[in-house]
Amino acid sequence: MKNVCFYLNIHQPYRLKRYRFFDIGNDHYYYDDFANEDIINNLAERSYIPMCQTLLDMANEYGSDFKCAISISGTAIEQLQQAEPEVIEMLRKLADKGCVEFLGGTFAHSLASLEDPDEFLRQINIEQRVIKNLFGQTPKVFANTELIFDDDIAALLQSTGFKAVVVPGAKHILGWKSPDYVYSSATAPKLKMLFTNDKLAADISHNFNNTDWAEYPLTADKYVNWIAELPEDEQIVNIFLSMDTFGGFIPASSGIFDFMKALPRFGKEKGVRFTSPSEVVGKLKAVDSITIPFAISYVDGTRIDVSAWKGNDLQREALNKLYGIAERVSMVEDRKIQQDWEYLQGSDHFFYMATNNQADAAFSPYDSPFSAFTNYMNVLADFLVRVEEQFPENVDNEELNSLLLTIRNQSSEIEQLKKEAKALRKNILEAEDSNYAPVAAAVVVEEPIKEKKPAKKAAKKEKVENKASEEKATPKKTTKKTAAKKDK
Amino acid sequence: MFGWEFPPHILGGLGTASYGLTKGMHACGDMDITFVIPKPWGDEEKGFARIIGANCTPVAWRDVSWDYVESRIGKVMNPQLYYDLRDHIYADFNYMKLNDLGCIEFSGRYPDNLIEEINNYSIVAGVIARTVECDIIHAHDWLTYPAGIHAKNVTGKPLVIHVHATDYDRSRGNVNPTVFAIEKDGMENADHIMCVSELTRRTVIDKYGINPAKVSTVHNAVIPLDKEYLDIKRRTEGEKVVTFLGRITMQKGPEYFVEAAVKVLQKDKNVRFVMAGSGDMMDAMIKLVAKRGIADRFHFTGFLRGKEVYEMLRDSDVYIMPSVSEPFGISPLEAMEMGVPSIISKQSGCAEILTNVIKTDYWDIDAMADAIHSILNYPAMYHTLRDKGIEEIHGITWEKVGQKVIGIYKDVIAARNH
Repeated sequence: MKNVCFYLNIHQPYRLKRYRFFDIGNDHYYYDDFANEDIINNLAERSYIPMCQTLLDMANEYGSDFKCAISISGTAIEQLQQAEPEVIEMLRKLADKGCVEFLGGTFAHSLASLEDPDEFLRQINIEQRVIKNLFGQTPKVFANTELIFDDDIAALLQSTGFKAVVVPGAKHILGWKSPDYVYSSATAPKLKMLFTNDKLAADISHNFNNTDWAEYPLTADKYVNWIAELPEDEQIVNIFLSMDTFGGFIPASSGIFDFMKALPRFGKEKGVRFTSPSEVVGKLKAVDSITIPFAISYVDGTRIDVSAWKGNDLQREALNKLYGIAERVSMVEDRKIQQDWEYLQGSDHFFYMATNNQADAAFSPYDSPFSAFTNYMNVLADFLVRVEEQFPENVDNEELNSLLLTIRNQSSEIEQLKKEAKALRKNILEAEDSNYAPVAAAVVVEEPIKEKKPAKKAAKKEKVENKASEEKATPKKTTKKTAAKKDK
Repeated sequence: MFGWEFPPHILGGLGTASYGLTKGMHACGDMDITFVIPKPWGDEEKGFARIIGANCTPVAWRDVSWDYVESRIGKVMNPQLYYDLRDHIYADFNYMKLNDLGCIEFSGRYPDNLIEEINNYSIVAGVIARTVECDIIHAHDWLTYPAGIHAKNVTGKPLVIHVHATDYDRSRGNVNPTVFAIEKDGMENADHIMCVSELTRRTVIDKYGINPAKVSTVHNAVIPLDKEYLDIKRRTEGEKVVTFLGRITMQKGPEYFVEAAVKVLQKDKNVRFVMAGSGDMMDAMIKLVAKRGIADRFHFTGFLRGKEVYEMLRDSDVYIMPSVSEPFGISPLEAMEMGVPSIISKQSGCAEILTNVIKTDYWDIDAMADAIHSILNYPAMYHTLRDKGIEEIHGITWEKVGQKVIGIYKDVIAARNH
């Protein structure tokens, strides 16, 4: 019995509008609404809707014999909700039918996994919450932005409770090993690794419509046969594709949707099951552990490192500037800033700045990596100014954090002191009335709200509490207390 | 080869390009090149081509001794060549104004009687064509087309013309009919036309109505700069400098540079702008700068020569060439070799072969100002353009161009023989 798992990835970034340096400080809206909506409408019509419909038809026809996985970035969800809610509706139906497993990911389709572990974990959490709210599932299997993965990321994922992760089937990592087994991570033994089979993916994404290909035309029959003919004990084939491959890169007229629809039927004949990653992970044991010291990624299966996003000085500078302000942004409550912070992290912005892949320039809205960089940096400059304006510049992050905590605790403290004052006043009145000193003057003092981030040092917490007690509310408290004592 | 300028006595890019190409072709081997210029000074680099001065070529018989010729033109060319040329005088030109050697005087520049000088150059070409054996004739720019045609008629050898610029580029469309006629005549008589960019090729095909089959593009390259220039030390620190370097004429789009400067200065006061060069629009530009109220940050240097050019580049953080129409434009390549990040207009021929530069439309002052700001404020941008630019320029050599030109020669000769 062979298991095949299709992973369909949906992602769209918020592309930036043209933003000149003289807009810095004057214009705080960064996105090219027209282009973004145009692209999402176009893709929804040509690809997402027909593909979801195909999957729904398959669910109706084959029931539990057909399953697949979908990963969808938060920025794609937000754009679809605004421009094409129908797609979200269809995805929800697929989830209800139980034929689709949603994967975890980074909300902003960001490179945070390489740059900032705290931010990475934060975005995983947001994504988990969004998926849970929309589709009623809590993802157990993770697919990072462009499948970026290394040993450090493995450890982080294990700590957040993911059972498995989809990993690019990089030849230099696997060597002679086949991707068609379940492996485990060397640094996180509980985390199973599902390697993508790039050959079988490329047969669809690159060759399906390629008349020069020796195997053209590709039929469902032939494709399933190839899978069935794999060695006996290779039990899981992971095929990772961008959803817009179907109907987008490969037009519907090529018959790609019918190809998809016919797969399970031939699968049944040949003993090939289309399943979801969680099922596989539950059934199969890892055959070996694999270490990945340097980050790898998945760009059409050709480039295996992460140089497409942080390979040149332009990209590194932009990333450093962006994540340099991460800590400060985490203290900001302004929702618009939080939103921009996420949208600006999209990996695509950095991809457009790549100088080594001229072939991919077709995907870029810019005419050169230099204009991509200039535009992004102008936007970022404005964003940095906005973040810095939130707080005085000369206060460092640690101090700021404690001050903010003080402010947050203040209101609850005032509330409490008011209560206390009221009780004492009552006591005084009663005492005056009856000349009788009450014993129950002690009021239960609630502890102030604990610091939001437990990771911060204990020393800081002390400082906070000191600060809190020095606040203006404090003298009031002591005087009242002494007053109460005097009464006694 | 017929040319008009030759280093070190050059007035524009034509001389540099002719020199580079000749040197590059010589490096490819098996080439015997004779280069005719109106007025050699004697300090031209020899060794890769035989230089004949039109002003040393007799067009009327004078009985002069070896020693006398030696003393008069010895530093420019071998007296024996003078006698060889004297043996091939083909008509009596004594009615013209000639000197004691029977030669016509040339200024070698662009005088008011340029058309007359072009004509005289063509007369001289007749003598040279009868003297020097050749397989192909190569004429650089319209000034030498009549000479090329004359030589072709005399020798029956194929003529290749090299279009470094057309009058459409120089005049923004208001062509001089005399120049146009000379250009068109040259193009029609040529067996093949080489253009310095695809842009120029389109002009030749569209505006002059030439058969596309005989027009090809041969991009220019750059001669590696002397170590002396590359080692120049920067004089100023602190303030950023943005430089425009070239003739201040309509073709170069100087007014767009001024307007972009205004935009940048509105945001960032700590930048200086320099317009280096001279030209007929200089006064207008000084007025424009004063009118925009940026004269304290915008400077004019006047014409720079030789080393001054490279000193200026060394002091610059950004080089900008907003040309409205630039057939090729060799100076951004030099700026890049000096490690100065460059901004060029998309209407420049060199934009076709350069990657590590910023390209904007010449009229898009917003984009230009944005690019200037980006290079000045984002260090990664500056460093990437600088380092990758130097790397890129080192890959653009005249040897490769020479190879290509030799290939075209072979095709032209082969086509002739069929």
